[in-house]
Amino acid sequence: MPTGRITITLEVNGTPRVIAVDPRTTLLDALRECLGLTGTKKGCDHGECGACTVLLDGRRINACLTLAVMQEGHRVTTIEGLASGAALHPVQTAFLAQDAFQCGFCTPGQILSAVGCIAEGRATTRETIREGMSGNLCRCSAYPEIVEAVFLAATQPGSP
Amino acid sequence: MTIRPQSGHRVDGLVKVTGRARYAGDVAAEGVVFGCFATSDIPAGKVTSVDTTDAEAEPGVVRIWTHENVPRLPKLTHAAAGESLLPLQTDRVTFEGQGIALVLAETLEAAEEAARRVRATYEVEPAQTDFRMALDQRVVIDDWAPLSTSVGDFAAGLGRAQVKVDQSYRTADRHHHAIEPAAVLAIWDGREMLVHDSTQWGYGVRAALAQVLGLPPTQIRVVSEYVGGGFGAKGSVWPYEVYAAVAARELGRPVKIVLSRSQSFTAHGYQPATDQRVILGATEDGCLTAVRHESINPTAILDDHIEHGTLGTRSMYQCPAIETQEHVVRVHRGSPTFMRTPHEGPGMVGLEIAMDELAYALHLDPLELRRRNYAEHDPTNGKPFSSNALRECYDIGAERFGWARRTHPPKSMRDGNDWVGWGMGNALMGTFRFGASARTTLTRDGRVRIETGSQEIGTGTRTTLPLVAAEILGIPADRITVSLGDTNLPEAGGTFGSSTTIGVGSAVREAATQLRHRLNQLAAEPGLQPHEYGEVLALRGLDQLAAEGGWAPSKESGNFAMFAFGAVFAEVRVDALLRVPRVTRLVGAYSVGRVIDPIGARAQITGGMIWGIGQALMESSTMDHALGRYVSKNLTGGLVPVSADVPDLEVHFADEFDPHASPLGARGVGEIGPVGVAPAIANAVFHATGIRIREVPIRVEHLMGEG
Ligand code: FES
Ligand code: FES
Repeated sequence: MPTGRITITLEVNGTPRVIAVDPRTTLLDALRECLGLTGTKKGCDHGECGACTVLLDGRRINACLTLAVMQEGHRVTTIEGLASGAALHPVQTAFLAQDAFQCGFCTPGQILSAVGCIAEGRATTRETIREGMSGNLCRCSAYPEIVEAVFLAATQPGSP
Repeated sequence: MTIRPQSGHRVDGLVKVTGRARYAGDVAAEGVVFGCFATSDIPAGKVTSVDTTDAEAEPGVVRIWTHENVPRLPKLTHAAAGESLLPLQTDRVTFEGQGIALVLAETLEAAEEAARRVRATYEVEPAQTDFRMALDQRVVIDDWAPLSTSVGDFAAGLGRAQVKVDQSYRTADRHHHAIEPAAVLAIWDGREMLVHDSTQWGYGVRAALAQVLGLPPTQIRVVSEYVGGGFGAKGSVWPYEVYAAVAARELGRPVKIVLSRSQSFTAHGYQPATDQRVILGATEDGCLTAVRHESINPTAILDDHIEHGTLGTRSMYQCPAIETQEHVVRVHRGSPTFMRTPHEGPGMVGLEIAMDELAYALHLDPLELRRRNYAEHDPTNGKPFSSNALRECYDIGAERFGWARRTHPPKSMRDGNDWVGWGMGNALMGTFRFGASARTTLTRDGRVRIETGSQEIGTGTRTTLPLVAAEILGIPADRITVSLGDTNLPEAGGTFGSSTTIGVGSAVREAATQLRHRLNQLAAEPGLQPHEYGEVLALRGLDQLAAEGGWAPSKESGNFAMFAFGAVFAEVRVDALLRVPRVTRLVGAYSVGRVIDPIGARAQITGGMIWGIGQALMESSTMDHALGRYVSKNLTGGLVPVSADVPDLEVHFADEFDPHASPLGARGVGEIGPVGVAPAIANAVFHATGIRIREVPIRVEHLMGEG
């Protein structure tokens, strides 16, 4: 079993970060444990819940399903890097406007997934949003509000 | 009343959408050691040896505890305990998934890898994990509510009946599946134990740890800033919490344990399946003459959990003769526990499908049957209801759903390839009330801080409590903040049983009333206005002014029967060829007393109704009884609702003030939402297809027959 640490560089939220990781460390654990970016959540560690969703080079991905060492040199966007300064990302604003969360634990993953879903051009109707967002579980079941929030963010003028 | 979301309504919204809300597993500590349990592969037997050689070879392992070298601990006897016997304290195994070794290591990866490398051998004993195979071994045990009740003469009532229903119903084993796996970080500084915990009951954890660790409660502090959902799994104290604290004290280093998703299946309980039998007798004009409801559920070998599937039947309908009986069967599985919604959640499935069957036997509209048997007071104990707007719920729900357009015969509402079905079910849930205390503090800038040892698990505690205080103090709610989730704050009970607004809300109301009273005393002249509060402090040379308040249910209020009520209407579509059942519309109308926070309450109910869809069509934690373990301990093998499963939902609240349940006029909201949904859906499936399914979840294979 490999035990040595490997030094890699990830571009996280626009900043190059150099970290030494165990080869077994997932991107999710690297973000949370090495970089202290705990906004990305671990709900299952097996690609089943979507709580760990981040953007990798602009596309949504389950951070628990990839090893950190595989992402050397890639761009990662987490919930901490979504707002620009004090200005929230339109999807964050829409989640606030629609009360699209309860406990908040799935919320960072939902928001990053929504950003990805909109960018993929899949968020055109409530129906397609329901399908496109079904990889993100919300056990509090704020689903109706989440769908409204994504619809609002996708359809408002100047949406991402 | 149409309730619409409002931007910024949830006061902790900003931290939640920016990832800054800190959950227990997010808290870092210098020098932390990660803990991971290795668990038993067998459901019953004795551990004969645990070989840790290979595990210890993993670099970074700090210590491995087995039953041979673990520090000895007393049994967990505190009422907050989910399981009394702590794993590793014995070589005895009573369920698959029980801890047999605890690995403590420098990194998460090392802890998980070493736990995988622990090798145990067992003396295997015969196991029974299927309670349905052991119904002859049913036992009756003591609990907080009686296991059997009887009023009137059941045999005589049934003898008088012109129409009868006598059927059996089943609900499934289910898991809470909070998206946040339970997490705990314990830090011992040689004097105080600080525990960051994803718990629904910080004070419960403190008391249980005090008992096991032999420390005074004042030397234990439990903090839970945010909890990523609990639904009952985090409402009791479980072994991983105890061992994090024990290890922190032994190692003198912080210890963090975060359960894996698969461990979550056996580490903190589940909702047990129920087998129910319901007998109904009625006159030909639809008046109940006799009701009997039996319910049986599995419990653990060493611990008791009674699901109380018949509680609702004791109080739902007017009937001169009502008998109920609960049993449990001991099986080699971990302890069941409370899960949203306990008791009436499974229990009303049996009663409400049976009522639908009675309606068809009588050729009577199912809603009309319920109206004819409306209970004016609790039919079992005779007490008046504290408040009950169920009739209004029937009116609103039927109106909004368009129930009058329903045609009664099954399969009579076909639309193209779809059979369309409309069904309904009643919801009812007992009201749990726990004492609580709170402090309100005014500062010179005219702002108020509420402090209470309650917790925020997604139910909106930080948003609701300021609304309560604002009403008393006459200042806007956005000038009031809440500190909670810390046992250094005034004591409050657990966030379960839909009890927080009632108990903690009433304590906040009392604390705010006291604060206002003191301010009036300090004011220079009578008629103090809220905008002058800050000036009063300045006048008296005070920086701040605090007042405490407590609340507990009064003795007189015990003279009333207290329930949340509701009526749920469901539309399903079943493709005539594919037979896949889909819920396309749900309307629920609820009687919950006064609604303090309509936006939050609506979200609680819609979330709950979606849980009901899960119970009706998806959720079942399947066991392989040959191996005595769950088949798929993950979120893909065990289904839960996703966005695409969710139909149009409508929620309505009756306009109501309950003068007895709490000074706020409120009863509980959090758990009534899932109740009644599954039977409404099952009844709609019957209406759609003519196929009567008496178990949930209802799956496509149930509907493959004729019809
Ligand atoms: S934690 Fe990655 S999908 Fe669940
Ligand atoms: S808000 Fe709690 S899981 Fe989605």
